[in-house]
Amino acid sequence: MRRAAAVPDGHGLVEMTGPSATSGDWRRFYHLTRTLAVTDFKVRFYDSALGYLWTLMKPLLFFGVLYVVFSLIVRVGEGVEHYPAMLISGIVLFFFFSESTSKGVTSVVDSENLVRKIHFPRMVIPLSGVLTNTFFLLLNLVAVLIFFAIDRVQVRLTWLELPVLLALLFLFTIGVTMVLSVLYVPARDIKPIWEVASQALFYLTPVLYPISLVAERSEGLAQLAMCNPIAAIIQQSRHAMIDPAQPSAAAAIGGAPRLLVPLGILAGTFAFGLWLFNRMAPRIAEEL
Amino acid sequence: MAPVVSDSATVVVENVSKAFRLPHQRVHTLKERALHPFQKGRHEDLQALKDLTFTVEKGEFFGIVGRNGSGKSTLLKCVAGIYATDVGHIFLRGRMATFIELGVGFNPDLTARDNVIINAIMLGLTPAEARHRYDAVIDFSELREFEDLKLKNYSSGMYVRLAFATMIQVDADILVIDEVLAVGDASFQAKCHETLADIRSRGRTILFVTHDMSTVENACDRAMLLERGEMVEIGDPERVARLYDQLNFGHLEAKQEDKGRHGDGSALIVDAWAADELGERTSTIERNRECSIHAVVEFQERAVDPVVGLTVNGQHVRFLFKTSSLRVTESSGSYEPGERVELSARFRVPFAPGRYDVTPWVSHGRGDRQLMDHREALVPVTVIGDRYDAGVVEIEHETEFEHLGTSVAKMAK
Repeated sequence: MRRAAAVPDGHGLVEMTGPSATSGDWRRFYHLTRTLAVTDFKVRFYDSALGYLWTLMKPLLFFGVLYVVFSLIVRVGEGVEHYPAMLISGIVLFFFFSESTSKGVTSVVDSENLVRKIHFPRMVIPLSGVLTNTFFLLLNLVAVLIFFAIDRVQVRLTWLELPVLLALLFLFTIGVTMVLSVLYVPARDIKPIWEVASQALFYLTPVLYPISLVAERSEGLAQLAMCNPIAAIIQQSRHAMIDPAQPSAAAAIGGAPRLLVPLGILAGTFAFGLWLFNRMAPRIAEEL
Repeated sequence: MAPVVSDSATVVVENVSKAFRLPHQRVHTLKERALHPFQKGRHEDLQALKDLTFTVEKGEFFGIVGRNGSGKSTLLKCVAGIYATDVGHIFLRGRMATFIELGVGFNPDLTARDNVIINAIMLGLTPAEARHRYDAVIDFSELREFEDLKLKNYSSGMYVRLAFATMIQVDADILVIDEVLAVGDASFQAKCHETLADIRSRGRTILFVTHDMSTVENACDRAMLLERGEMVEIGDPERVARLYDQLNFGHLEAKQEDKGRHGDGSALIVDAWAADELGERTSTIERNRECSIHAVVEFQERAVDPVVGLTVNGQHVRFLFKTSSLRVTESSGSYEPGERVELSARFRVPFAPGRYDVTPWVSHGRGDRQLMDHREALVPVTVIGDRYDAGVVEIEHETEFEHLGTSVAKMAK
């Protein structure tokens, strides 16, 4: 008998610490996340002849409806340069957030079969769901580029900001998904609550209207709207990608230092999600 | 900190306890929580595992047995890292793969090929390793010609074969298996056990939960018996299997609603079973093959010339067959408390395929033959065979079939 840690056969005794959010091997974490995301992506296309087109149809149809309503009937878009380009890019970005989170709410419970039967880092579940939607987002952005071309949006150096904006959107989406998916386990009414909240968020975000429309009525209200991380991201994307005449996120919120508010909310949501998920992960299998 | 154990210890469980909270009424929505804010504290703790400590050595086939609710699956899930322990530590040496269920994560909309690779990754392989071993999996499962078929078009037997093949080829150092092998037909089960024996011979460690005592006795190196979360026995599989049987029968005795049991209790049926022609316990016997039925009685009080009997009942017909110790001797002798006797009857199975049960009984000798113990339908038996045109009992007979011409009455018309 001796200390097991000194065993020379290459395998030491390793403590099994039980289920957790991110435990163990990062390579395995990466492989699992990627495999689940790719599988999900594949499954969605397997049986439909038009495959990816359907995923594209949703934002496109929505764009069509909103465009008709808000540029011909309500005339929000009247006189706004590149309104179609702004509308479609806003819809695609917001859809990434809303689709990821609404699917994410039930993701952990939907994966009950895996959670109760295999040991793996639990964070893989919400993460792979968001990753699948990221594939769709990237494909949809190609469609957005076609819109840009039709709308004669100029290619500019500030387009390089896009990856940063997407990364921020990705982090925020993950943060929210982590919170929702783990809270849904003990509290099932999170789902209807989030459906409503997500709807409200859509109208509170400058997707179908330019932020200038709000600022005309009340400067303060526009600045308040910019505290929403998605609003800040979408507004900045308009400034950087479509029309430099559109106020940047910093301008819309009234000064660059104030950007710390949406960034803080974003970072806070992500950190809270990580903390909450980590805390609740060990018991998920029992609570299901 | 790693515990002090031998070099070959592969699974080390130290003082592990685990309790589940069972709320009286599970609160699943915020609304309920808001309406009954003070109900939160109302729950019961169910102690699923109590201070378990044991070690499994490298290359061991370790059986975990226990009745339903004894905590064996909870223990397995703790070792597998699916449940967190409340107290205590679990250490593993090497890569572990869990088989709580075959084919976890199988997606019916994907082909067998995709599913095998995904399942293997879920079980711990890297994608490159999974692809590399795919050929071995598909060959082992003998499903090569169906590899591009979607899983939803698979029969359940093919599904199980594919899942088992994947599990085998993942080739982990430690296999944690929860009764998954109870599925599939007899030949599949035989292949499973053969394969597990092969895996063990390659130095892999197997933790295995089962209800099947013949597996414990035949395959396990060591076994452990759990009851209400506590370890009752660990070690020799035969002793563990015997204790398990006793626990089960003892439990049945304690049950008041134990229907069909009557007698004054001065002797107890402690065991009864059916066996095939080789004498192995079984619940399935083949028509026209040799079989035997057995009953073991333990006397609780002094008894003189008791009679032990066995009755076979069918689903629709009672007393198909009855035998007793009277066939052997009228005066069976006298017995002291604690003494045991066994009655066995060997015969060629004459019954048609279907379900039957065996009722063992023991009664006082002489006089009124009052029952000491009688356990209705204690041993269920299924008879299998290929003739379904038969009556309940197949009597050896000759059949003739000939043409007799036309009847005179009909000819007159």
